[in-house]
Amino acid sequence: MGSNVRHSVLLAWVLTIFSASAALAQSAPEFPDLTGRVVDQADMLDSQTEQALSQMLEAHEQATTEQVVVVTLPDLQGKAIEDYGYQLGRHWGIGQKGEDNGALLIVAKQERQVRIEVGYGLEGRLTDATSATIINQIITPAFRQGSFSNGIVNGTAAMIQVLGGKPLAQPTQSVTDQSREKPSLARAALFFIIMMAVIFFVGGGRGRGGRSRGGAALLGGALLGASLGGRSGGFGGGGGGFGGGGASGGW
Amino acid sequence: MRTLQLQPPTRTLWQLTSIMLLALVLSGCGINNIPTYDEKVKAAWSQVENQYQRRADLVPNLVETVKGFAAQEKDTLTAVIEARSKATSIQVDESILNNPQKLKQFQQAQGELSSALSRLMAVSERYPDLKSNQNFLALQSQLEGTENRIAVARRDFIQAVELYNTEIRTFPGRIWHSMLYSDMPLRENFEATTDNAEEAPKVEF
Repeated sequence: MGSNVRHSVLLAWVLTIFSASAALAQSAPEFPDLTGRVVDQADMLDSQTEQALSQMLEAHEQATTEQVVVVTLPDLQGKAIEDYGYQLGRHWGIGQKGEDNGALLIVAKQERQVRIEVGYGLEGRLTDATSATIINQIITPAFRQGSFSNGIVNGTAAMIQVLGGKPLAQPTQSVTDQSREKPSLARAALFFIIMMAVIFFVGGGRGRGGRSRGGAALLGGALLGASLGGRSGGFGGGGGGFGGGGASGGW
Repeated sequence: MRTLQLQPPTRTLWQLTSIMLLALVLSGCGINNIPTYDEKVKAAWSQVENQYQRRADLVPNLVETVKGFAAQEKDTLTAVIEARSKATSIQVDESILNNPQKLKQFQQAQGELSSALSRLMAVSERYPDLKSNQNFLALQSQLEGTENRIAVARRDFIQAVELYNTEIRTFPGRIWHSMLYSDMPLRENFEATTDNAEEAPKVEF
């Protein structure tokens, strides 16, 4: 009987995971990992430019909490760039939750397309018209001359300038990494305590010590995984929302 | 004696615990899902409404600008104006969600405005002065952005209605629906595409 229960629990798990992954696979394309403020999947930037860009973007976030992320993609997996862009923004959660103050500069190498994707909260400043101007007058002319890094750096600088920051501000010390780590730790601890309490009540009530210990081990693993995977590279999205604002262009 | 004294507080403790547990279990079973999803549908709808309104607000400016350079395209311009007034004449609020016919009518009117606008944009390609006018370029990018926002808002709405309807139709939402929320009907969804979406808009030269 014990193994019966275990089997059905296992089956339920497998079914849940299956249906969840099926639902995900249905509409969303595969997104790259958010490895930092510059995600250079298509290898269009040298590491020096990448670093300078990251510093510029980090300084801007420190000053304003607005998150701007630059991403280059080898291709769009058959999607339109408008379609891909807002889903990527939502997937990563760029911008702070509730403020939706995030923006993306997306470059698709194979399709030769650029898009500035603007979160709800920034649509008033980084308007469609300004985004189009940045793309058509700064980014695509440089791209046509073959200089990807110039186009991307100047385009990003223009975005930040429009948003009201100093585009080439030097970054202060990266102290914020620690302060950003704190709330997530506190949240994890709270979550852990609640889960332990639930397991204690449920497991203790039924008088099954063995199960609850297994549950705790599973939980520990999940927590570890979450804390390791959640904040890779000290940068993560704040949960901002996107509604399709911005502009696109091609070169 | 001692056991008698102890019993009442123990019992109330048990009652409290079981009530709390019941609440926890019930919310875990999705007793709140249907109203929650209903709110999401409404929120998604207001977003759709906003974006269509935003487009309607853009049109007069756009028409004026095009008129300045291409006054001879009278037919196209009046078609846009008429389509706009038709689309904005339909009162939209949350009640439209319970009125499939009105929803369809709304959708059709907006679709007509879409095709009138795309005809206008196609026609404007013929006027180099217009195409290089800064004001027109700004309006064009705003229109493109708004059309994109409409597409996103529509997709979100379709997904929200799908989620809501699926919850009502499947277990255990089906049980909650018949027990508690029988006054909340299945919602009419947007058709993913409009009637003649597979035909490309006609461009006459």
